[in-house]
Amino acid sequence: MTRTILSQFSPSRRTVLKGMGAGATLAVTGGLATRAFAADPIKVAAVYTVPVEQQWVSRIHKAANAAKERGDIEYVFTENTANTDYERVMREYCEAGHKLILGEVFGVEDAARAVAKDYPDVAFLMGSSFKPDAAAAPNFSTFDNFIQDASYLSGLIAGAMTKSKNIGMVGGYPIPEVNRLMNAFMAGVKEVAPDTKFQVAFIGSWFDPPKAKETAFAQIDAGADLLYAERFGVSDAAKERKVLAVGNVIDTQGDYPETVVASALWHFEPTLDHAIEQVKAGTFKAEDYGVYSFMKSGGCSLAPLGAFEGKVPADVVSKVAEKEKAIKDGSFTVEINDAEPKSS
Amino acid sequence: MEALEILFTASFWVAAIRIASPLIFATMGELICERAGVLNLGIEGIMTAGAFAGWFTVYLGGDLWTGVLVAALVGMTLGLLHSVLTVPLGLSQHVVGIGITMLATSLTYYFYRLALPEVTSPPKIVPFEPWAVPGLSKLPIVGEALFNQTPLTYMAFATVIVVAWALYRTPLGLAVRAVGENPSAVEAQGISVTIIRTGAVMAGSALMAIGGAFLTMSAFNSFFFNMINGRGWVCIALVVFGSWRPGKALIGAILFAAFDAYQIRLQQLSGGIVPYQIFLMLPYALSILALIVVARRATYPKALMVPYQKGER
Repeated sequence: MTRTILSQFSPSRRTVLKGMGAGATLAVTGGLATRAFAADPIKVAAVYTVPVEQQWVSRIHKAANAAKERGDIEYVFTENTANTDYERVMREYCEAGHKLILGEVFGVEDAARAVAKDYPDVAFLMGSSFKPDAAAAPNFSTFDNFIQDASYLSGLIAGAMTKSKNIGMVGGYPIPEVNRLMNAFMAGVKEVAPDTKFQVAFIGSWFDPPKAKETAFAQIDAGADLLYAERFGVSDAAKERKVLAVGNVIDTQGDYPETVVASALWHFEPTLDHAIEQVKAGTFKAEDYGVYSFMKSGGCSLAPLGAFEGKVPADVVSKVAEKEKAIKDGSFTVEINDAEPKSS
Repeated sequence: MEALEILFTASFWVAAIRIASPLIFATMGELICERAGVLNLGIEGIMTAGAFAGWFTVYLGGDLWTGVLVAALVGMTLGLLHSVLTVPLGLSQHVVGIGITMLATSLTYYFYRLALPEVTSPPKIVPFEPWAVPGLSKLPIVGEALFNQTPLTYMAFATVIVVAWALYRTPLGLAVRAVGENPSAVEAQGISVTIIRTGAVMAGSALMAIGGAFLTMSAFNSFFFNMINGRGWVCIALVVFGSWRPGKALIGAILFAAFDAYQIRLQQLSGGIVPYQIFLMLPYALSILALIVVARRATYPKALMVPYQKGER
């Protein structure tokens, strides 16, 4: 037993030693060496708890692939990692010499922060419902899809497009990132159509499209003629029953050209690019990257109306443009509300 | 009042039958296995594999029924693996079953990624369309609920009839029931317990896989990892609920699905007083309650989970 454990440990111990050796060399050659390295692509590793098809993760994956193509980073990833396995995979990437670790630690906050403490030379940029703690882990930054600006704008359009003034919303779990966007969407709707009724349901799963679809059917049966499609499956129900849908995080109009009116898109590029810059400059520190998802940072946008060009009332289109401008110049701020939305 | 009115709408019952369909297949599958004395905990994984196999076949250009057939074959293969380990080798059925679930889900995902390494959202297929039974579908509520569904739903109901008939009216069914009760008596008749049990597990696993395929080919049109989402485990409880009888298990499946369809609709009404988790819990809580009431006097197969060693007493 002891032997197996030892033999399992020895390679990683060797890597540690090697790493220490490299660190020593670096220390000797000093800042000059760091600058020489700066032109090389940064080794980035991502650890995802869901497949890269998942809406939220797909945006990170897309931005990372773009950075890879530009030659800024080398990118590897592990998907579908169980939370119980998460810390191990993080450590493996750290041991393997990756300089920037991306991922989502919603279910493993403490463990992930502990890993960051053990690898002070590695930068961590993690999706999280909490804030970074510079004192505890100065190399651990957090982000999330703070795209309430875009969600609000999609709400304005939804308010104009619903005829029955009844909107169905299907979510996975009522966690901050989901609630925030739902609330911003609802605020947008109310701005245009104050007496709209909302049906809100959570299905208790991130990946159960048949169930999301059933829930959407139930909302349509109860009078909804526009659905907020937070989960896969909702737009399918909307398409089958010929009602409208508003997309979230990704643009799905290509798949549902007659169904999806508008989508609030998340762009992870500003978040990642800022982190790459910081790592390159050697100034990466604990920072709340949430703002890089705001509209004024280019972190989110409303998808082009596309097939619905000309079908959305002109006064609302100009209102959207006006609000977008106000959000960008800072004269209007969309409220960040993480409270669980309820049916009305 | 609104809450009660839901129960009298056709759309509620349509949803209930639709939600029940995959459960009916998988429950019948599990029931066959258990009647032969083998607890098949591979069900969750076999359903995942079936969901992928059926959908992927259609994605590659096969027609829908070929997809169902391929799903069944994949299920049978996993069933064979399960029975080799549990029947002739007599290993723990719990451990093997959970192992099969883990193997099948991981392997499915492996093949999925191998086939589709770079996709933003999984490709869609054209799934089974609802097909109205002429005449019968015009009946109020019942017509829409039962006779305006996809062909796979009709197949689910037909499966119950076939399983019930085969179990109680054919010599083969008698042999299956007997190996679940008293395998040495069967062996004394000159019938191989190993063959009967293996066959039952393979047939049962095929049905489980079709249940999984229902989700990707009828309820929805693409495959997502984890989309079985515990439905397999529900079916294990439904077998107990049905006291190992096909008819009762069918009622159990419909009841569970009706609870689920009901909670989905209740969530929209509540106006924010009741936490949504209560609703999500409802079908499970009510099923446990029903289980307590219904299954207390159930007689389970006497040789369930008992490996049979030839010549051993």
